[in-house]
Amino acid sequence: MRLTTAGSARNIEEAIVGRITTQNLPDATRGQYIRFFAEGEAPILDFAGYRAILSHADLATDYPVVDRLRESEHFRDGDVVVVERDGFVRSLYRSYERHHSLFVTERCSSNCLMCSQPPKDKDDVESLTKRNQELIRLMSPAPEYLTITGGEPTLLGDHLFELIDQLKTSLPNTELHMLTNGRTFAWPEYTRQFAAIEHPNLCLGVPLYSDCAGDHDYVVQAKGAFDQTVAGLHQAARNGIRVEVRVVLHRLTIPRLTRLVEYIYRNLSFVEHVALMGLEYVGYTPRNIAELWIDPFDYQAELERAVNYLVMRNMTVSIYNHQLCVLRQSLWPYAQKSISDWKNLYLTECEKCSALEDCGGLFKWAVKKHSEHIHPL
Amino acid sequence: MARSFYPIENFAPAPQQVSLLPFRFTRFFGQELLVNEAGEFIFAPEGTAYSLLEGAVDVRSLLYKDLKAKHIVYDETSSALLDVLATKIRTKYDHLSGGTKLHIFVVTLRCEHSCHYCQVSRQTASKGEFDMSRETADRSISLMLDSPSPHVTLELQGGEPLLAFDMIQYIVPKAKEQARIRNKGLDIVVTTNLACATDEMLTYFRDEEVRISTSLDGPAFLHNKNRPRPGNDSYERAIDGIERGRAILGHSNVAALMTTTAASLDHVEEIIDEYVRRDFHTIFLRPISPYGFALKTKNRTGYEMERFLEFYKQGLAHILNINRSGYRLAEIYSQILLSKILTPQGTGYVDLQSPAGGAWNVLVYNYNGDVFASDESRMLAEMQDWTFRLGNVHKDNRRSLFTSEAALRMFEVSCNQSLAGCSDCAFQSYCGADPIYHHATQGDMYGHRPTSGFCTRNMEVIKHLFSFIQEDNPETMGIFWSWLTGRPLPQKGGTCD
Repeated sequence: MRLTTAGSARNIEEAIVGRITTQNLPDATRGQYIRFFAEGEAPILDFAGYRAILSHADLATDYPVVDRLRESEHFRDGDVVVVERDGFVRSLYRSYERHHSLFVTERCSSNCLMCSQPPKDKDDVESLTKRNQELIRLMSPAPEYLTITGGEPTLLGDHLFELIDQLKTSLPNTELHMLTNGRTFAWPEYTRQFAAIEHPNLCLGVPLYSDCAGDHDYVVQAKGAFDQTVAGLHQAARNGIRVEVRVVLHRLTIPRLTRLVEYIYRNLSFVEHVALMGLEYVGYTPRNIAELWIDPFDYQAELERAVNYLVMRNMTVSIYNHQLCVLRQSLWPYAQKSISDWKNLYLTECEKCSALEDCGGLFKWAVKKHSEHIHPL
Repeated sequence: MARSFYPIENFAPAPQQVSLLPFRFTRFFGQELLVNEAGEFIFAPEGTAYSLLEGAVDVRSLLYKDLKAKHIVYDETSSALLDVLATKIRTKYDHLSGGTKLHIFVVTLRCEHSCHYCQVSRQTASKGEFDMSRETADRSISLMLDSPSPHVTLELQGGEPLLAFDMIQYIVPKAKEQARIRNKGLDIVVTTNLACATDEMLTYFRDEEVRISTSLDGPAFLHNKNRPRPGNDSYERAIDGIERGRAILGHSNVAALMTTTAASLDHVEEIIDEYVRRDFHTIFLRPISPYGFALKTKNRTGYEMERFLEFYKQGLAHILNINRSGYRLAEIYSQILLSKILTPQGTGYVDLQSPAGGAWNVLVYNYNGDVFASDESRMLAEMQDWTFRLGNVHKDNRRSLFTSEAALRMFEVSCNQSLAGCSDCAFQSYCGADPIYHHATQGDMYGHRPTSGFCTRNMEVIKHLFSFIQEDNPETMGIFWSWLTGRPLPQKGGTCD
């Protein structure tokens, strides 16, 4: 499912967040809306009160507008989008989807070899915070789950506390999952402040790539990161913050995988969930593929060993981003359909598969690189 | 603007920065077993400890990474994680922080049994003389709840406590009321042979949520031999009581314990089969306590520890076979030790603690108000040895009990970390100190490890369990983990490890 489109922008001074409507709303109720004219629709030139106008056709107006839109079939009434000054239109919230996220910054303190969203050293904190504050106000109906992601969310400083506090007030029943490298939580004072928000339904997703400091630090490309992350996990647990550990499986993490889960059991027994995740062929991964690639088919023994190790110890474990035809059947009960709708696809041979209903499929960028062993069941 | 990547060498430690953390080690069937301060272990090649001391382990080797992850060495890339090791050690000792949890009340010494291994029964005694008075019960309840522990267990014991059922009916509501007032959790267990248990009594226990712990020494011939009573029907009465108790209280609220006498030694499989036949899912292969009458009647009931260990190993093999056939049966002593070896948690089991469990984990309130450091201490007192009497409920408070001469003498030798023969033992963190046992058997609380039955038993059992761990048979380990977690047994042909 498409996430972005673009056209030619005029009269936009700063990014505009709003809700898509295709209806002619009464003047007084237009305040949250962006009026969208679909392809072939003749615009009615009554724009007063809308936040912006989107249109396929050329449009002469003094209101904020993006016209000559390239694509727009993906818009539905109620979608929340951001309209950038350069005419870029990004969908931020589509209530009918399963996965929702709040993208809070592109900055990061780590630089993981297989990062799917490579960090950028630009100061986007203020602008993204403002955008997200408005997005949260417009999220309706309230999502069941919401992932806070980046970049590294804790680099927002106090703005992160503000966002979570806003979420606690305006979407109290939404379960939050925050993806963080956990390093900032090593600071006791930071973690105390974070915990003091007392969000009732929040869990941190923290990556750990080895039981051995040097190996983890190499994968995340930051000296001392392992120490900070493990200390951060302990601080979080001590302050009653729930944590999940995430492991991306690739040629650097597979060899010590069983030792890593053993380390998690003995040193981080408080983690409520361990997610073992397939590699995404996007972001930095293509650049480092020679060092990272191992066909998932070739690590099934290690994966089964690690999963059994955790299951036997009553720890909850899931496998993300793996196709059922590549997984050993004993692992199927742990495989989740984890790929967000908009990044999800199935291959041609998948159409003949009898397990398609239960399979999470592939990332859309996996067309370029995936297991050699995908086949219909 | 893309950032650049750094090679792995940038993240490896320099060899000169390697430091050792406290660990103990032993040779173990062709390998070396190294155990860290939190009880985590690693099987390594022989000579590893020596190489570590010489600084000869290559920091780039897999072995080095293993040793580092197990907190046996550390270096500049992870020195801050000493806090994590500290947390692990604290977790292992967590049971100490709450104070005494188990409180045993001897409500009467009277008993209608005359077991050879028993220390304290008084069949001939008239009612009253050896029963706990209400005043003593009141003071005992008060002292029990003075323990800082937020949750205590009250064990009603004897003699045969059902012979003083009126006293039980006095203590149970009183203890519950006081616990409620002081905002403490309270579990109550009654330890009874069930021979005199009426349906009315069992219904009372159900209504008051009192659990039952009883004795079952094996099949009829053995049980009745070990546990004589008029009519020679101890077994029949126990089985009848277990069945009625389960019907009234629920299956899981009736537990059974066995004691191994000399007569038991040749019948371990029959004893275990009896537990399976009676639908028990735990069994505790317990050696006889070398106290009280058991010591006196050693020729009749006692045996060498080596002989018990044969019994134990044969029994464990049989138990594992039963589990392999799909019937879940856990051996409690193995389960306790495996929990210490394989999990991050400690256990509250009294007889395997350092500091020793006496007083810290258990207090015994005798019918006459005397307070003892353990049930064994009370048995010694029945033999006129008052070494471990901490005081009396009518004269003492918690502070004076814990600072009594008797307590302090015992505490001094309560930590195996500082006992000769234990301080450098690879298995120290799984084992305990037992000044009461060593006083009883060797006349010296400090104890002499090479001739100690306590040491012989635990060394051998721990080594036996480690030999299973070293072998790493998926099925056996799956059974052990099922005991530790309560999860279902592994399926046949499963690949758990």
